[in-house]
Amino acid sequence: MTASNLTASNEAEPNEAEPNEVGQTISRKQLNLDDLRGRLARPGGPAYWRSLDELAGTEEFEAMLHREFPEQASEWSDGVSRRNFLKLMGASLAFGGLSNCTIQPEEKIVPWVRAPENLIPGKPLYYATAMTLGGVGTGVLVESHMGRPTKIEGNPEHPSSLGGTDAITQASILDLYDPDRATAVKNAGRIATWGGFLQNLDQELTLQRSQKGKGLRILTETVGSPTLGQQLSFLLEEFPEARWHQYEPAARDNVRTGAALAFGEPVNTYFDVAKADVILSLDADIFNSGAGSVRYARDYAARRRLRNGESELNRLYVVETSPSSTGSIADHRLALDSAAIEAFALALAGKLGVKLENSPEQPSYDDRAGWIDALAADLRNAGAASLVVVGDQQAPILHALGHAINQSLGNIGTTVHYTDPLEVDPVDESRSMHELVASMLADEVEVLIIVGGNPVFDAPGDLDFTEAMEHVGFRAQLSFYENETSERCHWHVPQSHYLEAWSDIRAYDSTASIVQPLIQPLYNSKSAHELIGAMIGQAGLPIRDILREYWQQETFADDFDEFWVRALHDGLLADMAFDRRRVRLRSPIKISREFGRPRGDDKFELAMRPDPLIWDGRFVNNGWLQETPKPITKLTWDNAALMSPTTAERMGVDNEQVIDLTLPGRSALAPVWIVPGQADGVITVQLGYGRRVTGRVGTGAGFDAGPLRTSAQMWGARDLKVIKTYDRHPLACTQDHHSMEDRHLVRHADLDHYRHHPDFAQHETHESPASLTLYNTNEFSSTTGNAWGMAIDLNACIGCNACAVACQAENNIPIVGKEEVLNGREMAWIRVDRYYTDLDDPEIFHQPMPCQQCENAPCELVCPVGATTHSEEGLNDMAYNRCVGTRYCSNNCPYKVRRFNFFQYADRDTPSLKLQRNPDVTVRSRGVMEKCTYCTQRINAVRITAKKRGTPILDGEIKTACEQACPTEAIVFGNILDAESRVTDWKASSRNYGILTDLNTRPRTTYLARVRNPNPAIDKG
Amino acid sequence: MSEQVTSTRQQYTPPPPELGPGQTSHTSITDKITSIVLTPHTPIQWFIVVFIGLSLVGLLQVSIAYLLYEGIGIWGLNVPIGWGFAIIHFVWWIGIGHAGTLISAILLLFRQKWRTSINRSAEAMTIFAVMCAGMFPLIHTGRPWLAAYWLFPYPNSMGVWPQFRSPLIWDVFAVSTYFTVSLVFWFLGMVPDLASFRDRAQNRVAKVVYGILAMGWRGSAVHWERYEMTSLMLAGLATPLVLSVHSVISLDFAVSILPGWHTTIFPPYFVAGAIYAGFAMVLILVIPLRKLYGLQDFITLRHLENMGKVMLTAGLIVAYGYFMEQFIAWYSANEYEVYMMQNRMFGPYGSFYWALVLCNIIIPQLLWSKRVRRNTVWLMIISIVISVGMWLERFVIVVTSLHADFMPSSWDMFYPTFWDWATYAGTIGFFLLAFFLFVRGMPLIAAHEVRTLLPFGKKGK
Amino acid sequence: MNETESDTYGLMAEFETPEDLLEAAKRTYGKGYRTLDAFSPLPIHGLAAAIGFHGTNLPILTFILALVGAIVGYGMQYWIHVIDFPLNIGGRPLHSGPMFIPVTFEMTILFAAVGTVVAMMIRNGLPMPYHPVFNVAKFERASQDGFFLCIESADPLFDVEGTTSFLQDLNPVEVSTVEW
Repeated sequence: MTASNLTASNEAEPNEAEPNEVGQTISRKQLNLDDLRGRLARPGGPAYWRSLDELAGTEEFEAMLHREFPEQASEWSDGVSRRNFLKLMGASLAFGGLSNCTIQPEEKIVPWVRAPENLIPGKPLYYATAMTLGGVGTGVLVESHMGRPTKIEGNPEHPSSLGGTDAITQASILDLYDPDRATAVKNAGRIATWGGFLQNLDQELTLQRSQKGKGLRILTETVGSPTLGQQLSFLLEEFPEARWHQYEPAARDNVRTGAALAFGEPVNTYFDVAKADVILSLDADIFNSGAGSVRYARDYAARRRLRNGESELNRLYVVETSPSSTGSIADHRLALDSAAIEAFALALAGKLGVKLENSPEQPSYDDRAGWIDALAADLRNAGAASLVVVGDQQAPILHALGHAINQSLGNIGTTVHYTDPLEVDPVDESRSMHELVASMLADEVEVLIIVGGNPVFDAPGDLDFTEAMEHVGFRAQLSFYENETSERCHWHVPQSHYLEAWSDIRAYDSTASIVQPLIQPLYNSKSAHELIGAMIGQAGLPIRDILREYWQQETFADDFDEFWVRALHDGLLADMAFDRRRVRLRSPIKISREFGRPRGDDKFELAMRPDPLIWDGRFVNNGWLQETPKPITKLTWDNAALMSPTTAERMGVDNEQVIDLTLPGRSALAPVWIVPGQADGVITVQLGYGRRVTGRVGTGAGFDAGPLRTSAQMWGARDLKVIKTYDRHPLACTQDHHSMEDRHLVRHADLDHYRHHPDFAQHETHESPASLTLYNTNEFSSTTGNAWGMAIDLNACIGCNACAVACQAENNIPIVGKEEVLNGREMAWIRVDRYYTDLDDPEIFHQPMPCQQCENAPCELVCPVGATTHSEEGLNDMAYNRCVGTRYCSNNCPYKVRRFNFFQYADRDTPSLKLQRNPDVTVRSRGVMEKCTYCTQRINAVRITAKKRGTPILDGEIKTACEQACPTEAIVFGNILDAESRVTDWKASSRNYGILTDLNTRPRTTYLARVRNPNPAIDKG
Repeated sequence: MSEQVTSTRQQYTPPPPELGPGQTSHTSITDKITSIVLTPHTPIQWFIVVFIGLSLVGLLQVSIAYLLYEGIGIWGLNVPIGWGFAIIHFVWWIGIGHAGTLISAILLLFRQKWRTSINRSAEAMTIFAVMCAGMFPLIHTGRPWLAAYWLFPYPNSMGVWPQFRSPLIWDVFAVSTYFTVSLVFWFLGMVPDLASFRDRAQNRVAKVVYGILAMGWRGSAVHWERYEMTSLMLAGLATPLVLSVHSVISLDFAVSILPGWHTTIFPPYFVAGAIYAGFAMVLILVIPLRKLYGLQDFITLRHLENMGKVMLTAGLIVAYGYFMEQFIAWYSANEYEVYMMQNRMFGPYGSFYWALVLCNIIIPQLLWSKRVRRNTVWLMIISIVISVGMWLERFVIVVTSLHADFMPSSWDMFYPTFWDWATYAGTIGFFLLAFFLFVRGMPLIAAHEVRTLLPFGKKGK
Repeated sequence: MNETESDTYGLMAEFETPEDLLEAAKRTYGKGYRTLDAFSPLPIHGLAAAIGFHGTNLPILTFILALVGAIVGYGMQYWIHVIDFPLNIGGRPLHSGPMFIPVTFEMTILFAAVGTVVAMMIRNGLPMPYHPVFNVAKFERASQDGFFLCIESADPLFDVEGTTSFLQDLNPVEVSTVEW
């Protein structure tokens, strides 16, 4: 950005002292809009109008004003005009931020060493920071091009990642550049200034100070930032009577309460999956959701490699209500409703001799599958190398039971560890919210400061937060988007993205990290630290200094500056993690009467889950996540009422048919989606959809399951009634056919069979030997000594889709919208296919499908203009600007990995989105074919460095985006001519096979067959 | 041309049945044929057809404009179904075109005199059908503005060339060659008749226009000699050409690896299909025309019956093709082939397959009966049925093969959109319009060839 | 043609039937006339021979053109894919002979067909907007139902009276002079 723009933006920075803003700001009593209009109309009104005009240019600005009106929503129905609309809208909205898009914060932030010390144009820098979700952090590395963060990777040195990431982390970069995010401080819906807000806030706070803050309430999301915690405690010291509440819809209340039940305090529990030989998951999707999942997945997969002659595997049992990533890779999977799961746990505990305070009429578990004995034996044999995990959404007692079982197996200290709580203040959040609403309704609250979150939308259905807000005089909210809650607040302050603001956070194992920003806020947004700071007289104080101050007290490092620099550099604070806690069960767990009580036969069970991609709704406006297929259902752009085929049959409903989910006094309409492997009678719905007020992407997608929650039953109910309707709601599913049709795509065997026939996978289809050809096979042999290849270990893939999102971020892949997905035109370069074996008790298989880079590529042969040809290193190259779009290559691709731009999908106009793009990858135009290139831009980047270095490219030096993102290291890429490379090693494995090789395509991407490790004592089915 | 040989041999024999009783002299022939054009009076039916044609062409223009503005996405295509209506109709039109060349070239080589009265209109049909066909490959590409010229090998700053291993390039060469040769052949055939028009035209403008078109033809004996020889050469070249064109089209499919496309039977069976559809279309055009302009003496029942016979034969070859597809799928025991065949018959598009069998195999068997072959109404109905059947054949081949190929995870359905249909209807309109303009302005029947059907000693007047 | 020798292009006789014309042409040629031409609305076998035109060499030309087309077609593809810009296309050999055949074939036909027609036009001297024979009023029948024989004044034996009387003997419908 040019200097002139910079000055312009500085001008845009509102001048706090500007007199004409006094009195114009609207406090609760008098709200004089006419006056405001008058001021706006007058030439030389408040500064921000002038500067915006300068930046946007009046036409666009007018366009924006016109476009902003909601009736434009009608345009969205039509895919075509919708796109144009989005472009225009985005363009006009993003102008505000353009000015300072490439400025780094004034404070010194430290680049990660593997990249050059100082910025070289065209060379990306990497910075370590951390992403926070639900009060828990994950260490990440962020790639920055000329000061623009463009890509997020896991931080190899951070225990919560070890280099892997999940889909959500990968996609979080898009939020930063979302043209729909809140861009300006607003007062009663009109653009105002931070200064104006502070002024107004001060008036309120002085009032409160006089009464010790009796009427002051702070509502935050789960706070995991120690420094923010300290700031809040200062606040509470200053206002002793004030209250601080925490709430977020996907809070881990049950985990905390469970721990408290077991040990008397809500200690933090984390696992060492790598040490576990036998794992039992009780409805826990530990590998793809919640704290530490990325690390757990990696540790699990590390035990499934079957490398060089190894023939031992760990064993995973999963008992769950609805198929999850974790369940899909289990050696034994059992679908039970939550009551049965509880009964199951009881029975198991009993078998293992866990002491319980059991009530006599406890229902007994009917062990049809004959699991209990075998499982108990297996766990006991594993001794301290076993592990029982309970899902975050399960009842506290079940968690307590889990702790008890782990303790009785002696796992504590080996596979299970305890520390102090990660949260600054581990409260029961639904209760906390309950209290807040109560006091609001009792008119005790005069000032409500909402820091993040969207309670109006996601507060439990039995609490009328909306109504309660009307009882509060002064309501202000800090949030990333303007949402349902912002509508009802006097003031709304845009919240900074985590790449824009300083903070700190603890990871699942309490490792502490500094969240360092890579870019100055694109818009005039503030962080929670700044807001709370402003309330305790830290206004204007750089947050970095507050952080340094806090950690200076914590650490004993003699040279703090060095400690600090290292912390920023590594992305974690050395030895700042909590010490492990030695905890013992106080007394036998008390089992309540309700525990394990089956529901009535006429009732269904409702199971609430956070969406695997949208989470609790905070990512609902993230197009990448919206369009990424859910791991199991492969649905995009929607949530649905998941049920088993049997249940659907019994109910007489069909996919996409809308049903009315009814609980006493509450109900929601939801489209049906039938999921093989779902527990009968259980209907699973995901949170976070059905948003009324958010960006253009998220608004109107899916249905709102929120009303079905109560603060008593946050995660489900067992008295659900279902009423059929005859409406239909189309669901955009990316995979319509679920059977493999005996095509040997995913090859699999049991460990026992594998031991006798290690090469079973290589004999499933007939494959003609490479020598069997009339052609001169040396005509195209590589002269560079490189021949690229990829191997994908199906034993490790959990179908989480991190690779797909990583690819989307790396390769500037556009999203196409729900209508286009329904038309079968999604653009994913790598997709994860999911197959079922049968309907009722299916085995579930995942198969990532990037381009297979065939040596005899059928696609190349048929291109009339030679737009797709073969590089001598074996890449199936695609020359976008040569492509005329006959689509013949796609027809002739047996793997169907080519994608076509049926429209101008890539948004070429929205400036903020341009900032996100990878500068090394073309943005494709309408009418051209595109496809996976093994991240050829990364290959070339490394080729150049290697050339300069004068040595051949090292193994692992090039990582494709999918490979780098994969939490389980299921994908490996490298040089197949290099005998030492990992890919050569993998391809040498007896499990290695290529798919559809009977077509003589000679794919460079091959797969390692999946090997299950079932317990012989349990006969499946 | 070859006729003289025969006609000299059979001097003074009664008029052969190629001509109806009404046509007795060179004069009457000339009068009849020129009168269709050189008259102020135009039948109302002509205006109706032209009006329909014009309005459909309007629709065509709108669809193409919208396509260029928005992109291929306005059609029902997706991945895996990358080809839909555009390719179906490309093949359909090209197929129709073939009858013209077949009649004028192959029947000429076989010395089938009965062809003389229909070859001209058949060739015109070829020209216009190929034009319709040619539109599709261009507009069906993602970036037609580039496809229009990147497909031809010309030296350019990028130094890149077309990729001659791709059947689509073969298409480009085959279709453009076919169009050029047909056009030349057609125009060449018209020159002597245009001379007649020139010499009979009363209206000055017409005289000038036809004069220019006739290129000063004066029927010199030497000219005739070379002219005849050229026609013979062209016929000899056009015959393998017409066979190659549809073979090449079929290679678009056969060269790919898709189950249902990757089939060696395709070239012959596509050519037969082309003849089948082509003759059907000739009948559809000719039966109303001979009524409208009273050409029963030129296009006699014998002509219609012969065409019926040709259709029957071609139809049987096509039926054999269908059977072989089935047989090979079973005999190869290739899981993909087998699945494709079952899916084709009993899958979501099964109804299309059975409709195809009904239209292309069962109903045309009526042609075994002489009564049906000599009954214009029946012929008309059967021809229409066959045209529909051949459309279904292309639909079944293109769509059912693509929608479920190797990767079950990617299987999807094809639903044509309004614009798919609009474009198709548009080309039909273009075809009607072009053909009827030709009827009104050009010699509909090759007068000079028909003259040779008269007994040699016949007086001029 | 030089004016002083004669002020007419020639003499033209119209006949009633193709065979009359053929007969007349033979006799005229027999009489020794060489510079003559016959006109008819339809090709008449043997007429050209009768006035001393013996066959055309078009077929040989066609064959040569076909050969050229084939060589150009195949050569172009070979040069493009093997010499000028070799690319690895789906692992197929640079010189994929069989796949070059279709284009080669089409080029063969294209060259031969178009070439032959062009050659024919040139040899026939078409297009020729003006020609003296059109000056004869009744010549317009030549494209419809009239059969004409024209002896040109360029012919050494030509002299108006003698030739006219000779033509009269062939019992034509009418004899007329052809003005320049």
